Amino acid sequence: MSAPAQAGAAEFNPDDAWRLHPQVAVRPEPFGALLYHFGTRKLSFLKNRTILAVVQSLADHPDARAALRAAGVEDAQLGPYLHALGVLAGSKMLVPVAPEEAA
Amino acid sequence: MTTTAVPRLVEQFEHGLDAPICLTWELTYACNLACVHCLSSSGKRDPRELSTQDCKAIIDELERMQVFYVNIGGGEPTVRPDFWELVDYATAHHVGVKFSTNGVRITPEVAARLAASDYVDVQISLDGATAEVNDAVRGPGSYAMAIRALENLAAAGFSDAKISVVVTRHNVDQLDEFAALASRYGATLRITRLRPSGRGADVWDELHPTADQQVRLYQWLVAKGERVLTGDSFFHLSGLGEPGALAGLNMCGAGRVVCLIDPVGDVYACPFAIHDRFLAGNVLSDGGFNNVWQNAPLFRELREPQSAGACGSCGHYDSCRGGCMAAKFFTGLPMDGPDPECVQGYGAPALARERDKPRPAGDHSHGGRRREPVPLTLTMPPKRLCNESPV
Repeated sequence: MSAPAQAGAAEFNPDDAWRLHPQVAVRPEPFGALLYHFGTRKLSFLKNRTILAVVQSLADHPDARAALRAAGVEDAQLGPYLHALGVLAGSKMLVPVAPEEAA
Repeated sequence: MTTTAVPRLVEQFEHGLDAPICLTWELTYACNLACVHCLSSSGKRDPRELSTQDCKAIIDELERMQVFYVNIGGGEPTVRPDFWELVDYATAHHVGVKFSTNGVRITPEVAARLAASDYVDVQISLDGATAEVNDAVRGPGSYAMAIRALENLAAAGFSDAKISVVVTRHNVDQLDEFAALASRYGATLRITRLRPSGRGADVWDELHPTADQQVRLYQWLVAKGERVLTGDSFFHLSGLGEPGALAGLNMCGAGRVVCLIDPVGDVYACPFAIHDRFLAGNVLSDGGFNNVWQNAPLFRELREPQSAGACGSCGHYDSCRGGCMAAKFFTGLPMDGPDPECVQGYGAPALARERDKPRPAGDHSHGGRRREPVPLTLTMPPKRLCNESPV
C-alpha cells in the first residue's frame, strides 16, 4: 500500500495517541481484517491478526508504541508495523487523539 | 471501492470470504428506459419481487455479516415505492448504500436530501459524453435526464457523485470528455466493461471495443486512471503491461468476494451472470442469504482452484487469470479457455468458430426486446431520506 496521504490526514507519529476513525468498520477475517471507512468509502486490508490487535487496541494506549508493545511486536519487527500504521493514518483510517482526550 | 494489489491476499480471496466484501442488489426489474445492453434485461416489474419486509430481513442479515455496503441497481431502483425507506433502513443498520440510477427521480428536492446524508453514494449511468452517442444505447432523452440529475446534485452540494460509463466501441474515444464532464459536476468518473449479459448478448458483437481500442483503453487507464474507478472490471487487460500497472485486485470475485441478489431474491455469482448456470440459491427458499453465500454448491465450486485449461501455457495467465467467466459463457466460449477480448488475441479465433450462445435466463423487456424507452406510471415521491448514520 503506497497511497499518498489524503488532504486533511495527519502525519503519523508513533509517540502520539491514535485511534480508529469513528466512521471505520472492522471485519476480522482469517487473514487479518477488512477495514471500511464510511466517510471516504475506502477499503483497506490488515494482513495479519497482530496488526488487527494493534489497531483495535490503539485507543487504550497513551501512544502507538505502547499498543505495539502490548500486542507483542518486538523492536526488531517494528518497521513494517509502523509503516502499516502510517499508511492507515495517511488514508484517515486512524486519527490522532486530541491531547485533552488522551489517557 | 478502492483496493490495492496485494498478491498474497488475492490468493486468500480466491478461496472466498465468510461474507462478501460488497454485493450488488437489484431491487426491481422495472425500468423507465430500455438500454440495449441491459445486463438484467430489465423493463417490466416481476410480480414475485421481494416485499419491503423481505428486503429489510436481507439488510438485517447483511448487517450481521458485516457487509459494508451494497450496490443497489435494477432496473431503475428509485421507481420502487419503498426505495427511500430501504435506503434509510440500510444506512441505519450499518450497511452503506451506493445506488445506480438513470437519474429519473433525482429532482432538486431529492438531491438536497441526498446531499444531507454522508452514507449514500449515487451513480448516474451515462454511456456517451454526447447525447448522440449516449441516446443510441440508452434511448432518446436519457442523456438530458442524466445531465439534469448531475446538475441537481451539484446544485444541492452533493459532493462526489459518480458518473458510471460502460465502455463501448462508440464511447471509448470519449474518455477525456467523460473525465471533463465529471470534473464539471464535482463528480468521479467510473468506467466498466461491456458484458455480453442480458440484452447485452444481442449487441455485444457490434458494441464491444475493438482490439486496438482495448489497447488505447488500457493505456488511458495507466496514464490517467488514478482518479478513475473501474470496479476492477478490466482485469482481462492486465496482460498488456507490467503486473500491478492497473489499480485493483485484478481477479474474478464471482462467488468469492462479490455476488448478486436479484429482485426475486435469487443469488447469482455476479451481476453479469444472471443465468441458471450461475444461480446459487434463493434468499427466501434456501434459508437466507448467509446460508446461500456460505454453503451453495456453486459458490463452493467457484472457491476451488480453477483450471487454466487452454490458457495454462500462456505467459500472461497469472495476470488475467483467463479473464471474465460471464463474458466467456455468454459468448459461447469454453469456461477454461481465453476471454473473448483476450489481449493476446486468442479470443478472436475462438469467436470465429461455431458457437452456441446460451440464452439469458429471464427477459423482462417491455413488450419483447426493443429500443424505445417506455413510460412507466411512476409511484409516490419518497417519504423519507437517509438521515441516520450507519456508524
